[in-house]
Amino acid sequence: MSLLQIENASVFYEDFQALYDINITVEEGEIFACIGANGAGKSTMLKTVAGVLVPKVGRILFDGRPIDHMPPYKRVELGISSVPEGRRVFPSLTVHENLLIGAYRNRKGPWTTDAVYDLFPLLRPLKKRQASGLSGGEQQALAIGRALMANPRLILMDEVSLGLAPVVIKRIYEAFPTLLENGCTILVVEQDVQHVLTVATHVACFLEGRIALQGVPSELTNEQITAAYFGV
Amino acid sequence: MDWLNAIIQGILLGGLYSLFAVGLSLVFGTMRLTNLAHGDLTVLPAYIALIIVGSTPRFNPLYAIPMVMVIMFVFGYLLQRGVLNFVVNSGDIAGVIVTFGMSIVIMNGLQEAFTANSQGLDAGQIENMSITLSDQLAIGWLPLIIFILAVVVIAALQLYMSRTKMGRAFRAVSDDQEAARLMGINTKHIWAVAMGVALLIVTIGGVMMGIRTTFNPLLGADRLIFAFEAVIIGGMGSSWGTLLGGVVLGVAQLLGALVFGPAWQILAGHVVFVIILALRPRGFLAKTVTA
Ligand SMILES: Nc1ncnc2c1ncn2[C@@H]1O[C@H](COP(=O)(O)OP(=O)(O)OP(=O)(O)O)[C@@H](O)[C@H]1O
Ligand SMILES: [Mg+2]
Repeated sequence: MSLLQIENASVFYEDFQALYDINITVEEGEIFACIGANGAGKSTMLKTVAGVLVPKVGRILFDGRPIDHMPPYKRVELGISSVPEGRRVFPSLTVHENLLIGAYRNRKGPWTTDAVYDLFPLLRPLKKRQASGLSGGEQQALAIGRALMANPRLILMDEVSLGLAPVVIKRIYEAFPTLLENGCTILVVEQDVQHVLTVATHVACFLEGRIALQGVPSELTNEQITAAYFGV
Repeated sequence: MDWLNAIIQGILLGGLYSLFAVGLSLVFGTMRLTNLAHGDLTVLPAYIALIIVGSTPRFNPLYAIPMVMVIMFVFGYLLQRGVLNFVVNSGDIAGVIVTFGMSIVIMNGLQEAFTANSQGLDAGQIENMSITLSDQLAIGWLPLIIFILAVVVIAALQLYMSRTKMGRAFRAVSDDQEAARLMGINTKHIWAVAMGVALLIVTIGGVMMGIRTTFNPLLGADRLIFAFEAVIIGGMGSSWGTLLGGVVLGVAQLLGALVFGPAWQILAGHVVFVIILALRPRGFLAKTVTA
């Protein structure tokens, strides 16, 4: 059974339709990459999976169970957690407190604060610092660590590398195998197409609220991807 | 000696104001809701205590306080889940209109049920007991107890916010509501608990005030304003600041009354508030953090 299935989902902001009839299937253990131009609807799709947006039409199945009308906190309980666009760490909380908030639902699993500090050693000395004072890269590591604290089966990552130095991006991508080993499937939205395609097992290219192309990266040509990305 | 007396009484009165103010500030902090019914919600618990003990007291109203606290917590929780959660995210105006309406409903409801006459809660001996410091200076036990309760409540709230899982969730929701939801926090529940805790704290001040003086259904408006002023003087988001704000306001009122006559008490407080607002718009101990 697939871990996540989105079936014919259409999502709206008030009257504005942001997603049209989306179909996606994510298998356990995958790194599923979503790419696409600004405003294509990638973040909207992740928010729909997380539950802050609800599709007007269509269904979302997690582990074969419909989750459409579950509030976000119930989905976290099932094992869906998020690294939101823009990191969104809690600025007035310390690094350590941010991680503890990630564990709010008490899901059992391999991730603890120590495991996160081992994965991102740069966070350890910052434990007691307010998150508002961290650099962009530190905040991103914290946002990922916080999501892992929920012991997710599926982690939703939005624009993990945006605005970060190449060495930081490298470190974040280096963490992916550890996540997979710990039973966490990755659904990642990425601007840095070249980089993400080297690790992804599946890619979906969004164009104006629709999926213009999807498949296994090694079976797609650069021309196909460029065409789908720009809609030419 | 008169001066010293006014200052001491003002400090004690300030403790009471801060008991009203921390609830207002807690609600604003966690859900950005300006609760215009807050003043009336400080009057309500005194009437609940009155119902419990009866007008010819069956027992000391001091003992009724824990029970009224529980009632007000439950009431606050349900009020939030049933009504106010629906306006939290619909903009400032919706919250103002709904809580203003609630304020009127509570005030008129109390008038209908209990008339506009002043009522009192009789706690017996303790109301007249005092500590004599000198010939002209005495501190009443009741005002002193109210002040000590305010300090204890604020310290407890501070510990709750900084040390417990729930307190951490309050702060996370206050920082970033959507991110908090994505982390598995049920914001509807958190807001309801915040309102419950706010009303539980307000109960202590409301009933103690009912014992110390008299109360009537019309007091809500003044109390709302005093609470606002205490919060702003102290600085948003700081509990100890709120205590300081309450004390500044209380001292200003009683010194004003001493210098210009009793009729000036309230106005003196407002004037000092406006001066502080002009000089230090963010209050004395404001705590604001941005990403
Ligand atoms: N809160 C909102 N209210 C109304 N429209 C929105 C809202 N958020 C996004 N949109 C619109 O929905 C569409 C999809 O936005 P979305 O954020 O999903 O794009 P995206 O693919 O994540 O883009 P980016 O790469 O810039 O993050 C855009 O046209 C955007 O303007
Ligand atoms: Mg986006």
